[in-house]
Amino acid sequence: MNREDFLMFENNPDLIYFDNGATTFKPKRVIDKINDYYTKYTANAHRGDYDISLKVDKEYEETREVVQGFINSESPNEIVFTKGTTDSLNMIIFGFMRYYLKSGDEVLITKAEHASNVLPWFELEKELGIVVKFIPLTEEYKVTLDNIKKVVTEKTKVISLAHVTNVIGDIRPIKEISKYAHDNNMLMVLDGAQSVPHIKTDVKDLDVDFLAFSGHKMLGPTGIGVLYGKLKYLEVMHPLEFGGGMNSRFESTKELEYKELPLRLEAGTQNIEGVLGLKEAILYLEEIGLDKIHEHEAGLREYLIKRLEEVDNVEVYNPKSESGLVIFNLEGIFAEDTSRYLNHYNICVRAGNHCTKMVKDEIKVKNTCRISLYLYNTKEEIDKLIEVLKESKNIYNIIL
Amino acid sequence: MDSNFRREIIVDNASNPFHKEKKDKDFITANTHNESCIDNIDLYVKVQDDKIVDAYFDGEACAITTSATSIMLKNIIGKSLDEARSIMKEYYKMLNEEEYKEDMLGELNAYSNISKQPSRLKCARLPFETLEKTFHIYETEK
Repeated sequence: MNREDFLMFENNPDLIYFDNGATTFKPKRVIDKINDYYTKYTANAHRGDYDISLKVDKEYEETREVVQGFINSESPNEIVFTKGTTDSLNMIIFGFMRYYLKSGDEVLITKAEHASNVLPWFELEKELGIVVKFIPLTEEYKVTLDNIKKVVTEKTKVISLAHVTNVIGDIRPIKEISKYAHDNNMLMVLDGAQSVPHIKTDVKDLDVDFLAFSGHKMLGPTGIGVLYGKLKYLEVMHPLEFGGGMNSRFESTKELEYKELPLRLEAGTQNIEGVLGLKEAILYLEEIGLDKIHEHEAGLREYLIKRLEEVDNVEVYNPKSESGLVIFNLEGIFAEDTSRYLNHYNICVRAGNHCTKMVKDEIKVKNTCRISLYLYNTKEEIDKLIEVLKESKNIYNIIL
Repeated sequence: MDSNFRREIIVDNASNPFHKEKKDKDFITANTHNESCIDNIDLYVKVQDDKIVDAYFDGEACAITTSATSIMLKNIIGKSLDEARSIMKEYYKMLNEEEYKEDMLGELNAYSNISKQPSRLKCARLPFETLEKTFHIYETEK
């Protein structure tokens, strides 16, 4: 749907883009906004006494309200702009958890988490002596409350999970997990990189304590992301960066005072084009409706899985996941060779371990090809993919 | 070398690679650790008196890297480090489309066209880059 809004298709009419888990195309509206900012009212935010700066300031802060509405948070002060999900998670873990947790406390993640929800925890484990534990996954690689209960102890203080994992693509029962976490004195951190762009995310309904997501995976620009945190936690979060924009005063006597939320957590000149572009992306998604987008993706996914069954030498590893992510291999062919073969037909898929290097322990396959769908993908594109995969006996004639 | 013959050599070596087997501590081990792709190969090389007496590899990689590693091993076992490095030098010249001594490379000539696919150059270089790592370990520990 809405393909006409994306110049990438106009400029690349034969391109089939199935790598939306990595990044997404930008609608014209997002690009126009960024272009306008640079050609009509370039100025810094939070600074000026002149019109164009005030305009930037106003739009920058309006974006916070748009994000607030989009994820249904309580206050715009709970919305902090970051570089992306990785940055947001690092802020949560090193700006908050570093002071909240103590040696021996346990944090639960899974082996299917993205590197950004793993490595900061591993670092904090080394630094603080916390213990990072893995929730066992079911046979279908899912997280269930029962499995969480198996590894929870009285020392468990945090559960940190992706809402939708970037390889398996399962949608986790976060609301249920969150409730259990809070009933048992634990905090709930949600990695929304693969979910916020695709399914309605309501932080009040899910009752998560923190949420991290990226703009570029939801039609927005790269280099912009969001950190959501409940106000009471953000209030005590330590900034990881100090400098301009985040202080209200400092003296040669070393007396100093930092700004209120959320500016205290946004040091330095921010990614203004990113913020303004993100606003347009969110408004665009809201106009279409996330329910409609999810429905479209679910329909495509079902069609894709069904049609993949027609191809003899394809193995799909996550046929039962609910999101628009499908991982597969061609029998006996290395994933990267498959992706190069598909590239020959202008079909873009991702090959590899998808930054989820521990998931191989679960699915017993190190590398896979991943198809990740979005609103602009079509059944016709899937038909083309199937046609090409059916001819893959020729793969070496094509790629060598 | 015509393109069918070239392809046949690569596919043969990718499907039935030479000396693909995990080895133990008697061997110097190095990993490809390629940052730009997902090829992941361990190379096991046994060197005695500056001579490669045996070599194996294991891991997962694309057809180009797997086949090039297989062919490289066939070419270097029994050679001195200097001889192996001479082969490496000629091989790199070929990949860079420079003048090179074709007769020194044997089946490695199958990659003479790979520079036409810049994204695959790295795959073709990987086995030799990893071999050099094992030589470096040998020379440092000698």
